[in-house]
Amino acid sequence: MDTIKLTIDNRTVEVPKGTTILKAAAQMGIKIPTLCNFELEGLALKNHPGGCRVCVVEVAGRRNLAPACITECMPDMVVKTNSLRAVNARRTVLELMLSDHPNDCLQCPKSGKCELQALAADMGIRDIPYKGEQSHYPITLSPSIVRDESKCIMCRRCEAVCHEYQTVGAIGAVDRGFPAVVSTAFGEDLIDTNCIFCGQCIAVCPVGALSEVDHTARILRDIANPDVKTCVQVAPAVRVALGEEFGMPAGSIVTGKIAAALKAIGFDYVFDTDWSADLTIMEEGTEFIQRIKAYLAGDKNVKIPLMTSCCPAWVNFYEKFYPELREYPSTAKSPQGMFGATVKSYFAEKIGVARENLVSVSVMPCVAKKYECEREELKVNGNPDVDYSITTRELARLIKICNIDFTTLPEAKFDSPLGESTGAAVIFGVTGGVMEAALRTAVEVLTGKTLPKIDFEEVRGLEGLREATVSVPGVADVKVAVAYGMKNARVIMEQIKAGNCPYHFVEVMACPGGCIDGAGQPYHHGDASIVKARYAAIYKADREMPLRKSHENPEIISIYKEFYGEPCSEKSHHLLHTHYFDKKIKFDIEK
Amino acid sequence: MCGSKVNISEANYLKIKEICASFNNNPGDLINVLHKTQDHFGYLPVEVQKVVAECLGIPATRVYGVVSFYSFFTMKPKGKYAISVCLGTACYVKGGEKILDALKSELKISEGEVTPDGKFSIDVLRCVGACGLAPVMTINGKTYGRLVPEDVKGILAEYAD
Repeated sequence: MDTIKLTIDNRTVEVPKGTTILKAAAQMGIKIPTLCNFELEGLALKNHPGGCRVCVVEVAGRRNLAPACITECMPDMVVKTNSLRAVNARRTVLELMLSDHPNDCLQCPKSGKCELQALAADMGIRDIPYKGEQSHYPITLSPSIVRDESKCIMCRRCEAVCHEYQTVGAIGAVDRGFPAVVSTAFGEDLIDTNCIFCGQCIAVCPVGALSEVDHTARILRDIANPDVKTCVQVAPAVRVALGEEFGMPAGSIVTGKIAAALKAIGFDYVFDTDWSADLTIMEEGTEFIQRIKAYLAGDKNVKIPLMTSCCPAWVNFYEKFYPELREYPSTAKSPQGMFGATVKSYFAEKIGVARENLVSVSVMPCVAKKYECEREELKVNGNPDVDYSITTRELARLIKICNIDFTTLPEAKFDSPLGESTGAAVIFGVTGGVMEAALRTAVEVLTGKTLPKIDFEEVRGLEGLREATVSVPGVADVKVAVAYGMKNARVIMEQIKAGNCPYHFVEVMACPGGCIDGAGQPYHHGDASIVKARYAAIYKADREMPLRKSHENPEIISIYKEFYGEPCSEKSHHLLHTHYFDKKIKFDIEK
Repeated sequence: MCGSKVNISEANYLKIKEICASFNNNPGDLINVLHKTQDHFGYLPVEVQKVVAECLGIPATRVYGVVSFYSFFTMKPKGKYAISVCLGTACYVKGGEKILDALKSELKISEGEVTPDGKFSIDVLRCVGACGLAPVMTINGKTYGRLVPEDVKGILAEYAD
């Protein structure tokens, strides 16, 4: 490989050709501040516009300062990252940015997690010498995402993930000069755009311009209300990330602490979404078995590949972009949805509480789940199966509001009967996990034999689009694909449209690496090692479970015996399955 | 529960499709498509931009991003007679602003607006490449040069229909 020698801050360094000054400096332990520059290495998220100019450095022999994030190293280059000129320029850039920023840090949802705030602190900004006009835009709401464009610093990270990673393009830079801002087309509400509410814009926004709809106050009110019972479910990916909010290392598994914290907060019943993830496998796995059997028997009408449907942003995507293919995804509700439907029917009946008096809350690594809660088809007489959903970050705030010392909190168990789960459920939190969990059950059912090895390593990994062939002896070689990010999902949808999709079963997730990097998770600020630690923790949690196949979960076996009958029965179709809508933007053409 | 709807007449829809098709629906020709579309409609209302986005297979934010960035593109309808007053350096120095003020008080509208009868609209632009004739204005592409505010009334009278 060609390498280049150069000098940065009086020290020489050798780097591969094509390396930016920013990365060469990082390699030497020199941390040049950045703002618009963003990369989640190995996970397909990136933004390198070289626009904010916070990373400018002095290069000997050049008239202008150079942005380190997009300037490539050249042989014998002499770079100063901390010369008076570079530091002053950086400060001016920051001061100008702050001069058009609301600076209401104390009330800002990003306070303490804001990269602009951190940069101002690091640079020791004590005064903003530029007094002038400020941008004022109204705060706009949607079921999931809150936009406060007055805080937008035009780094355009959100635009990059929305357009390039998700190929949605709901938000983008509009206008020019001072009023330029990232917004929707024509200033429309997000709900009227193609937005799929994945929320990755929130996950990458360095400031408080994008945040999630906050339901923490509502939870406290409901818990204090003597007329209602409250129950809560916790998604798989939350247990490998929440610890970060309390200073624990990334990848800490805090399942028992979460159960204890939710009980301390005052929920009447603390259950686990992992339980309903196992239930999802029973329903979706059965649907797969039915479809593949029909397909192999020559049925031309059966929709193959079966696609997973647990990711709510993915559901929004195919309803808005590929409604004509909406019969391919499984009709099985998401684990959140199955839990909600069961808790408001079976469980409400069991404890003798009317569904209107049972508040069902979910803790999700996700902001699209907030939108899912509001779907009309997931309500009974206007009463939602899941009343509302909070993110991992909101749960952290709730724990702090309730004066709970999370790190020293003794572990507790989830309540029964919707609290027992298997390793197959916990891997729902990672890309490839739903596929693997489904295979663990489907292959055993199809062959009638116990799997000799239940780790389907071939569907694991952090590549955005992966494929594998799983041999099911006596049945078929099942071709599967796993995708995350809508750019990758689009590849498979286009194959289906063209009639050349080679797969039988496809898993799709919207967020990088799956739910472990869901938009409701603690902010990673572009540090991919955090996401990778969560990834490893999910598989560790799986290995440590006594049961690792959904169909062996005793509480799943008993709910079928007691309530649902069998997978894909009439009752489960009524409560655990859903249908999808055509939400493509229509042109109403008048003759 | 279905997606949002865009209302547009069939003739307009087909015209936009035709313009986009003349550029092979190539997203790289967005600016050219918008030029032609604005030539035809006089302006670029929301529904027109949405059809352009659909034809070129790009998000509406991309179209709106370009339309809102370039001052040449407008989302407001223009009058039957579109007046453009040059306020480029030469015209400005030679009193272009006084011509603009005369037009505004004569027509009782501001720049970027259309008279209630839809007849005239006033826009400001920067340099039409006729600095030698400064100050300059154009009406539907016809150039009027070496203007003084007193000329305005007479010129508008030419468009009395």
